[in-house]
Amino acid sequence: MAKSIKLRAKAKDGTATVKALISHPMETGLRKDKKSGKPIPAEFIQEVVCESGGKTVLSAQWGSAISKNPFISFKFSGAKSGDSIKISWVDNKGNSDSLDGKIK
Amino acid sequence: MNHNRRVLLKGSLAAGAVGAAVSAGLLTPKAVMAAWAKDAFEAKEVNAALTGSMGSADATASDKIKLKAPDIAENGAVVPITVTSKIDGTTSMSILVAKNNTPLTSTYELGPNTQAYISTRVKMGKTSDVIAVVKAGGKLYSTKKEVKVTIGGCGG
Repeated sequence: MAKSIKLRAKAKDGTATVKALISHPMETGLRKDKKSGKPIPAEFIQEVVCESGGKTVLSAQWGSAISKNPFISFKFSGAKSGDSIKISWVDNKGNSDSLDGKIK
Repeated sequence: MNHNRRVLLKGSLAAGAVGAAVSAGLLTPKAVMAAWAKDAFEAKEVNAALTGSMGSADATASDKIKLKAPDIAENGAVVPITVTSKIDGTTSMSILVAKNNTPLTSTYELGPNTQAYISTRVKMGKTSDVIAVVKAGGKLYSTKKEVKVTIGGCGG
């Protein structure tokens, strides 16, 4: 699952805009398989954490109502080009992934 | 001799029981993630969900929160939502969809330098109010907007 995250972070006038796209099915557990009629087990991201320069800038808790292949965007100040940025997620099945990047 | 055999048997039985518990989902990593507000995300009502995620359901309506959402969402599975708060000292935000099975979609804890701006995409089962709740200085503020959904995004 090493390539589930796409991350873009840009700094302008000290403010970084982060956009991240995670590829994940985000199953609610309510949907049924059309052929077998059995419910598809829930599989969704519960926690997303973003760190920059060793500090947590955003920690999010998600429920199953976040869309498939989630997108998230946020901004934080005090950032400059070249700063490290790390984003990671954990889902309800215990799967996780993280990505290290740099602010452009 | 016989005694040792008993011990060995017991040992392997115990190990088997643990393995069974794991595969039955009793000991999934869920238990480790106590931080995830399970009650709030499984709550069926807006107030209960808010109490679970923000500690209280007593939110004041505020026009300093900007909730950007489409008037009509053609596809309820992907509804872009942007929340911007102009209230000083905003520390956390929640986005709720009132008529979803479980209204709470997500909660965000902001770092000290993080601006009160979140953009994401949520699922909506049917036409409903989208509610953004912001916590600033220990108080809750909220704003809402109705989004019409033509095709639901929950269920199949």
